[in-house]
Amino acid sequence: MELPTLQDLNLAVTLPSMGLALWACVVLAVGLFLPERRRHWNLVLSLGGIVALFLYNLTLFDLPADRQSAFLGMYRADNFTAFVNLIALVTAFFGVLMAYEYLKRTHIDRGEYYPLLLISTSGAMLMGASGDLAVLFVALELLSIPLYIMSGLRRPNAASEESALKYFLLGAFSSAFLVYGVALVYGAAGSTDLSEIFHRVNAGLILDQGLLLAGAGLMLVGLGFKVAAVPFHMWTPDVYQGAPTAVTGYMSVGAKLGGFAGLLRVFIVALPAVSGAGDATGWQDTIALIAALTMILGNVVAIAQRDVKRMLGYSSIAHAGYILMGAAAAGSPDVRDFAVSASLFYLLAYAFTNLGAFAVTVAIEKDDATNPQLDDFNGLSKTRPVLALAMALFMLSLTGIPPTAGVVGKFFLFQAAVNAGMVWLALIGVITSVVSAFYYLRIVVNMYLREGPGEAQAQRSFLGVAVGLAAVGTFVLGVAPVLFLDLAQRAVLVALGG
Amino acid sequence: MGLETFLFIIVGAVAVAAAAGMLFSKSGIHSALFLVLNLACVAVFYLMLSAPFMAMVQITVYAGAIMVLFLFVIMLLGSERIDLGLTDRRLGFQTPAAFALAVLFIVVVAAAVLTGQIPAPQPVNDVQATTHGGPGEVGAVLYTRYLLPFEMVAVLLLAATIGAVVLARDVIPTKRSQRAQMGRIRELRQMITTIETEAASAPGADGEGAEEEAAAPAPAAPAGE
Amino acid sequence: MEPAPLNISAYVVLSAILFAMGALGVLIRRNAILVFMSVELMLNAANLALIAFARFYNQMDGQILVFFVMTVAAAEVAVGLALIVVIFRTRRSINIDELSRLKD
Repeated sequence: MELPTLQDLNLAVTLPSMGLALWACVVLAVGLFLPERRRHWNLVLSLGGIVALFLYNLTLFDLPADRQSAFLGMYRADNFTAFVNLIALVTAFFGVLMAYEYLKRTHIDRGEYYPLLLISTSGAMLMGASGDLAVLFVALELLSIPLYIMSGLRRPNAASEESALKYFLLGAFSSAFLVYGVALVYGAAGSTDLSEIFHRVNAGLILDQGLLLAGAGLMLVGLGFKVAAVPFHMWTPDVYQGAPTAVTGYMSVGAKLGGFAGLLRVFIVALPAVSGAGDATGWQDTIALIAALTMILGNVVAIAQRDVKRMLGYSSIAHAGYILMGAAAAGSPDVRDFAVSASLFYLLAYAFTNLGAFAVTVAIEKDDATNPQLDDFNGLSKTRPVLALAMALFMLSLTGIPPTAGVVGKFFLFQAAVNAGMVWLALIGVITSVVSAFYYLRIVVNMYLREGPGEAQAQRSFLGVAVGLAAVGTFVLGVAPVLFLDLAQRAVLVALGG
Repeated sequence: MGLETFLFIIVGAVAVAAAAGMLFSKSGIHSALFLVLNLACVAVFYLMLSAPFMAMVQITVYAGAIMVLFLFVIMLLGSERIDLGLTDRRLGFQTPAAFALAVLFIVVVAAAVLTGQIPAPQPVNDVQATTHGGPGEVGAVLYTRYLLPFEMVAVLLLAATIGAVVLARDVIPTKRSQRAQMGRIRELRQMITTIETEAASAPGADGEGAEEEAAAPAPAAPAGE
Repeated sequence: MEPAPLNISAYVVLSAILFAMGALGVLIRRNAILVFMSVELMLNAANLALIAFARFYNQMDGQILVFFVMTVAAAEVAVGLALIVVIFRTRRSINIDELSRLKD
């Protein structure tokens, strides 16, 4: 038996995700010995690790081909991975920053929060990097299990516990579907390596077409749960409403990022040729249909919501629909690369915008364990003009109005859909965006035109820094998208070798 | 009919019956025990499919450790409290719909598998029969090709351990909340003494009422600690 | 000469039956512990399919996947049962229909 050498493992390129998991252990160990007045070291250590890995990750774009594979092909270190890492680290940064004071305020100042968040982030990153179905599955759990725990952190608050149990049961249910899908795909293709599956499917070396289709469908169900795509979305509003707001904010981006990274990896690298009729791949129509349903349902039901977290929950379903539109467009071979980079860019734009919106929500949440309502925004422009301005920017970005990140991201996604010949899907996207203006702009109206106390709990602080940085990110991505677009366009997904 | 087919039919029937027993039995304990039986049957299949190591892991970890944990929690919560919910009126249309979906799923997979005309696997030769799926082979693959997921699973178990501790342990008061708690207790004590002195200074009908008032906050104080 | 081994599709169809029964349990039982046990049945069914395919290809990959599924199941059980105990302490019930506090 030949043991792999350190060179074969190529550990250096796996550092962003594996290093983050390792750093989580350090933060956990240090956190054990911190007295209460030194709790801020949790924050400092977590942020330090995230920033250092973020900078290191920037050097991992455009690696030479022989360094793009680590752990004997289990880990792919291509530009897609690097870009997913970038979004994940941004998400973790905001997740930590907006939690710090919130945790203190709500008396759940647990040192364990930070390592759990870091481990969950590393799971999201590994989903994007997976070169094998085994890694994909374990990474999905690595992403999810800390999220279940974090949702239930605010106990004995019944809403938080309920949301955790609901999330857990449906999450476990969905990962069972994923595992069975993995089993059937493995049975059909005889391998769990994504590139190997692609080559076998392409060469017609599979055991049975029906088995492969059933497996791909079950995997789509499992991943659809994670990204909250209709009809697997029912958990989303309840969990978003019950979980502590800072956790909801992190979850709304982190879980979606991991889910989409895994979805794109599996369906574009391993299964592009599943029963392809003509040029397009077999799953394109299915994903397009799911995308259309997700956009319509998310946006329409969000209108009726009064609870801010619940509304943002439905809004996150709607945005999953937009990104799925990109995934569907990626089913056409000649649009594939553009659609993948459009989806990645949108995920980055969504990360800045949605995390910003949640940071503001954290700021206006009252201490009495009630959820923030839409009316709590009334008159915010008088009392906290800067906060109100930032929130208005986030809402414009979520709607897709210039000069924000959201509009650029949506533009690329619609373009991808049109290029892939799915004009009807792009049309649904445009119409639902108009519908979404209805509920996003209601918050802006409440802040600027209505009278009210407009209280915000948090003073100038870490939360303010989070809101500010998110606003800058949203604005810069909207005005000068070139910077990140260039990076996103280099992220190309292909199967390796022959 | 070969021995394998014979065994498959018998053990398969027991496995399906056990799964049905788990689904429909009236007590949580019985359900858990039926699941243990089902897991044991599947372990027999593992042995027949030349995966002896996984069969043993199935028995020790799954049927052993995990299911004992389940039984433990069911008993901790009191099995008589486990309400069935099978007759819940809320389910209404959901139950037949779920049955229909389950049957549909079986039909689809069975059709996919059976129309594919999967050939029977090659009979294993003597060398394979002694090593295939043994602990040595499992370890060899686990620590070379599957090293990355192996390490990830280690982190996952750490996260789960943290989670179980964070969720299940009692809320430990921080120093600050302890101080607040102590302050509140001191206030209560003062209140009690003032009430007592008032009661002492005004003997008669008021005395009983004062005693009741003083007794009420007293049990609350230690509960908060 | 031994008879040829049993066709692998028999095992896969059996695993599909067990998986469907598990999914059925999740949908019709209202008790959190029983829902969770049904999920375990589903995972177990997937494991059976994996081992059967591993036997068919005479490979170890399927068996290793089973190893990971079992470990992940153990991690899920630790967290899930902790959650169930916690929620029982607060609510005195683990009927998932009573978890309806979260609504508009």
